[in-house]
Amino acid sequence: MKPFFTFLCSILLTVGLSSAASAAESQELLSFESEQQRQLYLKLTAELRCPQCQNQNIADSNAVVAVDMRDKTYELVQQGLSRQQVLDFMIDRYGDFVHYQPPVNRYTIWLWLAPALVLLSLLLFQLKRQAGQTALRYRSEQLSDDAAGDSAEKEKLNQQLEQIIDSYRSKKS
Amino acid sequence: MRKALFYIPLALFLGLSLFLLSGLFSDPRERDSAIIDRPLPSFSLPDLQDPSKSWTPDALKGQTFLLNVWGVWCPTCNAELSYMTQLRNEQGIRIIGLYYVLPEDPMFGQVFDLPTLQQEVATKLQQNGDPYQFNILDQQRRLSLDLGVSGAPEHFIVDANGIVRAHHIGDINPQVWRSKLAPIYQQWAAKP
Repeated sequence: MKPFFTFLCSILLTVGLSSAASAAESQELLSFESEQQRQLYLKLTAELRCPQCQNQNIADSNAVVAVDMRDKTYELVQQGLSRQQVLDFMIDRYGDFVHYQPPVNRYTIWLWLAPALVLLSLLLFQLKRQAGQTALRYRSEQLSDDAAGDSAEKEKLNQQLEQIIDSYRSKKS
Repeated sequence: MRKALFYIPLALFLGLSLFLLSGLFSDPRERDSAIIDRPLPSFSLPDLQDPSKSWTPDALKGQTFLLNVWGVWCPTCNAELSYMTQLRNEQGIRIIGLYYVLPEDPMFGQVFDLPTLQQEVATKLQQNGDPYQFNILDQQRRLSLDLGVSGAPEHFIVDANGIVRAHHIGDINPQVWRSKLAPIYQQWAAKP
């Protein structure tokens, strides 16, 4: 049992050490001419999307294509290209997909229009409903007014009804 | 009018359900390629088995071909070799390989060595079938980046004038070939 345990420990240790070493290895040490370029590089690698592992930016991903795109971004930033120029370079190759900020075009305009339209239609619906309720209340008030004014007539009608009933009864008997 | 209003939420719900249902069957890896209908990017890369020879876009013109981005390290690529060999032998499809070299990792003793790679490729092609007219070696993956390749395997159909007509991400199997790639290949191969 004990040799096995030693064996297991040594394997675990080796794996731990080598992964720590490779993590250190993958920390790319990049030098930039200016702090501005360094910031631009960090910003670009954060907003460019890895085409392979789709929910990671290229700074986070270690897919081969993400590594290549990082290298290319570094190269282009070193050449003095602006943010937009680097983005254009990548979008030219990988499509709009590769940038986390989608452009406004006839397919994506709905992302902005749809919430506004829903809000507008809800507002219209509410306004219309309120208008309907006001009209209803107005009508019912009018009706009760009418009823109050006609109590005399109601009395008269009731009397007439009584008379009809009486005459009917007297005929029958 | 009131009755119609009553059905609006139901209609909205059904619409949303259909939209989400279609999402279940869509392939998230499917994306629009930026290279369609554009000429091959310029490059000058060596032949894999004969590095003294170099390939340029002009050297590939003249006949429609299928460009296959692959590597022996990629299991899917190895699996599709036999079907592509069948395509080459039975339908005379012209297939050119673009060999995608993984970045080296000196930590684990992975250093690029051309003779070893040539040997590995030759062995693999002997085992699984050799569909390629020749292979272009893209050691720095520069051409792959310019083509918008995100991994292997990927396929491009390039017409006789060097214009890219199709970009397929993933493997080629009989179904993909018949329904997606063959019509495009035949269309451009038929043009004089």
